[in-house]
Amino acid sequence: MASTERETLLDPLINNNPIALQVLGLCSALAVTTKMETAFVMSLAVVAVTALSNLSISLIRNYIPSSIRIIVQLTIIASLVIVTDQVLKAFVFDISKQLSVFVGLIITNCIIMGRAEAFAMQNPPLPSFIDGVGNGLGYGLVLMLVAFMRELFGSGKVFGFSVLPLVTEGGWYQPNGMMLLAPGAFFLIGIFIWVIRSMRPEQVEEDFHVGALSEPGYEGSVR
Amino acid sequence: MQHSTGYIIGFSAAVCVVCALLVSGSAVSLKPLQDRNALVDKQKNILAVAGLMSSDETLSADQIQTLFEEKIRPVIVNLETGQVDSEIDANTFDQRSASKDPETSQPAPTNASKILRIPYDGLVYEVVKEGEVKTLILPIEGMGLWSILYGYLALDTDLTTIRGITFYEQGETAGLGGEVENPRWKALWPGRKAFDERWNVKIQVKKGAAGPAKDDPYQVDGLSGATLTSRGVTNMIRFWLGPDGFGPFIAQLRDNPRWTSVKGT
Repeated sequence: MASTERETLLDPLINNNPIALQVLGLCSALAVTTKMETAFVMSLAVVAVTALSNLSISLIRNYIPSSIRIIVQLTIIASLVIVTDQVLKAFVFDISKQLSVFVGLIITNCIIMGRAEAFAMQNPPLPSFIDGVGNGLGYGLVLMLVAFMRELFGSGKVFGFSVLPLVTEGGWYQPNGMMLLAPGAFFLIGIFIWVIRSMRPEQVEEDFHVGALSEPGYEGSVR
Repeated sequence: MQHSTGYIIGFSAAVCVVCALLVSGSAVSLKPLQDRNALVDKQKNILAVAGLMSSDETLSADQIQTLFEEKIRPVIVNLETGQVDSEIDANTFDQRSASKDPETSQPAPTNASKILRIPYDGLVYEVVKEGEVKTLILPIEGMGLWSILYGYLALDTDLTTIRGITFYEQGETAGLGGEVENPRWKALWPGRKAFDERWNVKIQVKKGAAGPAKDDPYQVDGLSGATLTSRGVTNMIRFWLGPDGFGPFIAQLRDNPRWTSVKGT
């Protein structure tokens, strides 16, 4: 793999992480991270959607009339999300039940629109695809980290396997119930952003403004 | 680059056609798999409410179907008379489609659960062990806050002790009303009593916490942040155990218990 492609893929993991630096896609990051299993499936779904939407938008980028480009992007993303939802319902029904509306809400995840508009509209298909995978993975990485902490401290498990035996089941670990509620995820994501930015001071606010404000979809980022 | 209006319309039409094909193609081709999943999920819920498998137990789809066929017997009940109706094939009967069909249902009297039509016949499941019915599983449905909740209530053969409750389909707010699916909340139900001494439905989901089943048999903890869903659950149980629901069937069973005399369907 050429070095620029590797960069496109790996950059969104830490250096330009969609959740930590771009602060996109928080809503679903709070909702699906009580268990690693659901977070994992959600991550895969987001990777699939970002990669394929970037790829297909990049393929037709020179033909999209600029006056309707946003709605075209949205149509493609929405279709991909519906297909993903159907596939999950057919093959991992239990998990899709737990993910409930959040698969559908991938449509509103600003990472996808943001990457389509900021990257796929200007770049050839292959780099766009890789950028999509990278951003999906960056989102997935945070999701998995948060889910790991929440599941471990909230229910003493990792991927459903008991690690810290619970008091209620005859063990010694008193689970931290807050971890299973939304605030638990807020604290963890906050700490995560703090850690990344202390390690890489260049990511603190001033840099952040330049990058993020010029990025379409930023205003919807509270979602 | 400027495009003509015709190009823009043509382009959007093409995008729509391609996307529509993609979406409908996947929906149609995956439908059989999804239907089977939904069926297995329903059977799993029935097994769970019957206490035949715990909610964290993982069985394969085939194991669930085998266990279901082995232990659970569907029975058709005429809601008005409360008699078992053996003329309808219980294995293919679907209460939900029956309640939509004007041939097999009638308008419901005004009720708090906002049920519009009730079927002439209901589909009850009996848990059979060594030829004896151990538990009765009644379908319940009704309006919560946003959605109709579909579930099952399991009754002991004393016809008042609740053995379990489950919901297999609901669209309540995740984390609030959606907690009707929370195993910890469902675990509060077994042991409580549905009817008082005079056989009026008395069980209710109260606001706040109820006592243990022994001291406070007619009340269940409310779901915090979901008063309307909790009320919906109370309403639907009252409806389905009442005179328009399975009331006549239960009254019939009190007089003529058929626990051991039943033949296989």
